[in-house]
Amino acid sequence: MGFSKPVATDRSATGIPTGRLAMWILLSSEIVIFGGLLVCYLLYRFHNTEWGHEAAHTNVWAGGFNTFVLLTSSLFIVLAHHAAETDKDNEKAFKWMWATIGCALIFLCVKAFEYTTEIHHGYTAQANPFWAFYYTATAIHAGHVVAGGLAIAICSFDVRKGEHLNRVELTGIYWHFVDLVWIFLFPLLYIAK
Amino acid sequence: MSDHHHHELTFSEKFLFPTDHKYIGLQYLWTSLFMGAVGGFMAYVFRMQLAWPGESVPLFGVVTPQNYNALLTNHATIMIFWVAMPMLIAAFGNILIPLMIGCDDMVFPRLNRLSYQIFFVSTVVLFLSFLVPGGGFGGSWTSYPPLSARAEYSLTPWGSSLWVLAVALEIVAFLVGGINFMTTTMNSRAPGMKMMDIPMVIWMINLAVVLFMFSVGPLVAGAIMLLLDQQLGTSFYIPSGGGDPVLFQHLFWFFGHPEVYVLLLPTFGFMAEVITTLARKKLFAYKTILFSAFMTGILSMIVWAHHQFIAGIDPRMANIFSITTILISIPLAIIYLAYIWTFYGGSIKYELPMMWASAFLVIFLVGGLTGLFLGSSALDIYFHDNTFVVAHFHYTLMPITFFGGFTAITYWYPKIFGRKMLHGLGVIHFWGTVIPFNGIFIPLFMLGLAGQHRKIYDYTHFPDLMQPGFQQLREFATISLVVLALFQLLFVYSMVMSMKTGEVAGNDPWGGTTLEWQCPSPPPHGNFATLPTVYRGPYEYSVPGSDKDVLPQNMPSKA
Amino acid sequence: MGHDVAHTSGYYVKIWAILMVLFFISVAGPTLGILIVTLITAFGVAAIKATMVMAYFMHLNVEKKYIWGLLASALIFILGLFIGVAPDVMKSHGVQWTKCNSFDERNLARFQHEGIHALDIGLNRTGRICTPQRF
Repeated sequence: MGFSKPVATDRSATGIPTGRLAMWILLSSEIVIFGGLLVCYLLYRFHNTEWGHEAAHTNVWAGGFNTFVLLTSSLFIVLAHHAAETDKDNEKAFKWMWATIGCALIFLCVKAFEYTTEIHHGYTAQANPFWAFYYTATAIHAGHVVAGGLAIAICSFDVRKGEHLNRVELTGIYWHFVDLVWIFLFPLLYIAK
Repeated sequence: MSDHHHHELTFSEKFLFPTDHKYIGLQYLWTSLFMGAVGGFMAYVFRMQLAWPGESVPLFGVVTPQNYNALLTNHATIMIFWVAMPMLIAAFGNILIPLMIGCDDMVFPRLNRLSYQIFFVSTVVLFLSFLVPGGGFGGSWTSYPPLSARAEYSLTPWGSSLWVLAVALEIVAFLVGGINFMTTTMNSRAPGMKMMDIPMVIWMINLAVVLFMFSVGPLVAGAIMLLLDQQLGTSFYIPSGGGDPVLFQHLFWFFGHPEVYVLLLPTFGFMAEVITTLARKKLFAYKTILFSAFMTGILSMIVWAHHQFIAGIDPRMANIFSITTILISIPLAIIYLAYIWTFYGGSIKYELPMMWASAFLVIFLVGGLTGLFLGSSALDIYFHDNTFVVAHFHYTLMPITFFGGFTAITYWYPKIFGRKMLHGLGVIHFWGTVIPFNGIFIPLFMLGLAGQHRKIYDYTHFPDLMQPGFQQLREFATISLVVLALFQLLFVYSMVMSMKTGEVAGNDPWGGTTLEWQCPSPPPHGNFATLPTVYRGPYEYSVPGSDKDVLPQNMPSKA
Repeated sequence: MGHDVAHTSGYYVKIWAILMVLFFISVAGPTLGILIVTLITAFGVAAIKATMVMAYFMHLNVEKKYIWGLLASALIFILGLFIGVAPDVMKSHGVQWTKCNSFDERNLARFQHEGIHALDIGLNRTGRICTPQRF
């Protein structure tokens, strides 16, 4: 018994390595999922202008800080990729990957703080559809932060051993997508009052 | 070539936790056939209720209104998500793609295994929904809110959410599987296989997967919102809480309409393979067919609200969607005509796959033409929620799933199992399916024209629908269904017995050109002893000037 | 494969610094309270930041061009969804109907004042209520 990688996995008729090609396809499916959710939000938001009153209660400082954290984490993961691919320094790549995960944890802590405060003030998902969207969109996003963080963590150990170095780039692409979603969530949920 | 083991697979590696695409494909096939029996049984039960209301149905008992709703809902859900999708796309996509593009497996075999496991879990969750207090969800496969969003309306507090969860898991399984299909097709083709050398069925399956991927996203979002409405009391779709039910309709049909083309395209693919091989003729206008398939896919994304003509949508949008709906018949007609023209000058072999393919082409035409009536928003005011619609979509979906499925199964069975299916039994099964099928749905067209609504538990309550002859039509349809179901037993028997007593197939029983016929039947783990190189297109039959009847793709050209 | 071999890690830090400046603009702009400024700074900048992350961090600038096409198609279909649905979901009344939404103050006040129950006032399953002339 034993799984052996098929020849198919290493072929590349397009010139793009299979892992990366798969990531682009995965991202396009994620774009339609998040995009679908945000279209629904926008449809309601444009229609219900009174939502601006509700949106005033989101914490711009927390949201802004989280945006800074995620942008910086994107930098960290691309530095990890650079370390693995160009510098061929696996230890440095490992450290940058964990720096990214650290940012993910900070993001999640801030989010938890926000949720707690908002729920205490009565801004629950049932209170108003604005809050329903807010919690749904940010929770699904947070789920992707967790998934991405886990993926980076799991791959980091192989990378430190010098194996599967291409996965730094692949988990990085996923991580950048998580950052991209937040880049749009932030103005939609926090800025537009 | 890199180090690659051709070890003999263990029982666990074949039937329990396979990573080999052929065995994963078979898992999907068996599951889909089993679920076909389950969904068919549900149809039998509710049709028996319609024909003889209130009477105890053999093998089920008395059908309550709540039973009826749940049976109807789950019949549709199962047939689309647990029969058509897994059979046409997951089973045949998995079995055929690596074989027909000339490689040894999918690019991510373990991810492939995971996709089946997620699909299997989705099946279990669906069955659980029938067993919980309140029973299975009965709000129709379209699950419109507010009914589906609040337990006080649906009366199935657990069933509704388990149903949504099952469908969501099935969607995830197909998204994961789809990544494998697309990446493998784009990257792992045999050397020399350019884009226009890819067999049409592989193009069609991949287009279906892309279409599925693009259209299902908003529904995933919508399903999450529905689940939250059901479980957390949010009001995404509840008017009194600030939501809008029509939004869900749009999200659902934005997916629901492309979904039918997701199902249609693979069957069109099967047609291309069978017609060319069994008429010994090159495919007519390959590029035109491909382009038309692309156009069908794109157009299918802008016709969805023809399912909502009388939901109160903006009539100006209804106009636009009417026009796009009628336009989509153009590329479909082009593909159709190209297939029919492929027969011209060919030498037709009267084998089972050819019979099923021909049946598809004839019967699907009825479905397609009746769709034009429904696409007109004015006519749809009468036809919406009418059994005319039911007959229309069964005249499309049953040819797609049943006849298309049988085409593929009879054609590739020799490759998978090493023997051809029993011909005589297959012919009896064929006529015993095609004729009763019409016996079920022609009455439904007639009743629909007379105004019979759908999703009604007992027509005896409606004097207008109890005119002379109507109930007899319902009974005739039900009896036809029972006859159809009984003839499927022949198919089950043939599937099993042909493995033992069918004519031994060898590599290439039909004289095909594509790569799956250039390896043993069944193919070993790794498929090809030497991975092939491709020198020409996939349909070089009866090439003028050649002394050979057929030029396989991997046969080197003469120097 | 013709990747970012020539780039040093400093290159990425420079991109990050530009992103930080843009981020600052996107937070500062809306504080002015002028709608058009908010739109350009909050959303316009978001689009620019996104494009930069995609091009430089995700290396789409050296990837095969059709990958941009794949991702753009996804966005175009989402736009199509918005256009197709907006005429329904974003319409608050028609010639013969008003959307019943308790957060629409106009309706809420009227219903509460008149003490009318939802089912009695012809609220149909799509949440649209016919205006009084109809009944």
